[in-house]
Amino acid sequence: MAESKNIRNQRLRLIGAGLALAGGVALLTSAPPADAQSAPAAKSAADGIAEYRKMLEDGNPAELFELKGESLWKEARGPKKASLEGCDLGQGKGVVKGVFVTLPRYFADTNRVQDLESRLLTCMETLQGFNAAEIAKTDFGKGEQKTLEALVAWISAESRGMKMNLPNAHPEEQRMYELGKRAFFYRGGPYDFACATCHGAEGQRIRLQDLPDLRKNPGDGIGFAAWPAYRVSAGQLWGMQRRLNDCFRQQRFPYPGFGSDVTIALSSYMGLNAKGAESIAPAIKR
Amino acid sequence: MRFLIATLPAALLLAACATGPSPAELDAQAAAMMQASFSDKGIATVARLQQDPANEACSQADASGKPLPAAQAKAIEEANFKTIQWPKDGKFLGDWKEGEKIAQSGRGNTWSDKAGSANGGNCYNCHQISKAELSFGTIGPSLYQYGKLRGVADPADPASKAIVEYTWGKLWNAKAYNACSAMPRAGHAGILDEQQIKHVMALLLDPKSPVNQ
Repeated sequence: MAESKNIRNQRLRLIGAGLALAGGVALLTSAPPADAQSAPAAKSAADGIAEYRKMLEDGNPAELFELKGESLWKEARGPKKASLEGCDLGQGKGVVKGVFVTLPRYFADTNRVQDLESRLLTCMETLQGFNAAEIAKTDFGKGEQKTLEALVAWISAESRGMKMNLPNAHPEEQRMYELGKRAFFYRGGPYDFACATCHGAEGQRIRLQDLPDLRKNPGDGIGFAAWPAYRVSAGQLWGMQRRLNDCFRQQRFPYPGFGSDVTIALSSYMGLNAKGAESIAPAIKR
Repeated sequence: MRFLIATLPAALLLAACATGPSPAELDAQAAAMMQASFSDKGIATVARLQQDPANEACSQADASGKPLPAAQAKAIEEANFKTIQWPKDGKFLGDWKEGEKIAQSGRGNTWSDKAGSANGGNCYNCHQISKAELSFGTIGPSLYQYGKLRGVADPADPASKAIVEYTWGKLWNAKAYNACSAMPRAGHAGILDEQQIKHVMALLLDPKSPVNQ
């Protein structure tokens, strides 16, 4: 009994460390240390979150999405009753292993730089006959957006442990990086926030939440190399499109279109900056 | 299909110019991209993306990595200083207990917030304030013992006037003192009303506030 209470307290403390944005300090301050070893005063929020992730990683619920994604890739679906196995994610038709750490990149057939999610929309439209614009407008987690969640979970997992390595030789890739940089520093909205307000310096945090410096490579499994991720608090698998959507919401900006240029340009900027970082996607988040 | 065709004109432009777009062309393309990529949702309309001269100049300075020229920074600060509205009844301080509630709240102004709901100050997101609150951010400087460290023993004393007025001005429009400040312009942007700012003033300057213990 005493032991289970200790585990619970430790869990609460760790969750508290991660709940900074939600004002989770009450948990943090009210839960006493589980034992003498567990609460060194100098432990940072990042350590706490890393520990929490470690405790859960044997059972990352993202695995359920990965399994679903793999079968959805192979299943004949849509008006054309076709699978996605003919989809080219940048390394040739049907190649999934290793593609995630090279996205966004330029695609000649669409003549645009695409991230994983916008590229999947193209394949769902051209191969399976779905309406990409309709899916892009669907709410997150509903309808074919559920399909996208599962696909990004599986496809990113097929590059787990690999290092981010986006190409940037094509002029369009270079242009999108430059546009992404400008979007990253774009101040606006009622609070005058830019992405850079929170993610444009080293060692900053909001409440207790450490913020990666996305002007450069923040390290393995951090920032761009940590999404998609399963969010425990929401019980949802979030791709980068949804991650960016929530950043913009908290920035007090209007609603970014799914697969819109600003989201892809920002991913080009963050992805190229993260070159060499090891991807842990799909990660697990508080 | 707007999101599929949005890049086409830029791609054509690129084909005509082997060296790629100039920085000025990229600035224009980025501005067009921002306008085309967002839509209105709830209270958050696309009009919010419109930049005032301060945000436009500071964004470009940040993206280029070159700080704003001193004269331009001074002009932005002077223009923003003129927007400060001083308390109509001449009273600068409200109730620090209310101020603490406002400082704790990070609510307001997102597309998922309702129109007319009270905004929070978001203060603890970026600042240490009272010693009791351990969950604070570090984007802004610590404000613990803000008044005490500045020698404010009695906010009504004429000796405190300069600090009291500066604090009010900073809360109303932070860009009046630092052109590219990361701090929201709480009064100027209508995030907090005059009474709420008085309460936050009391949190920072009232000698009885836990901030100054």
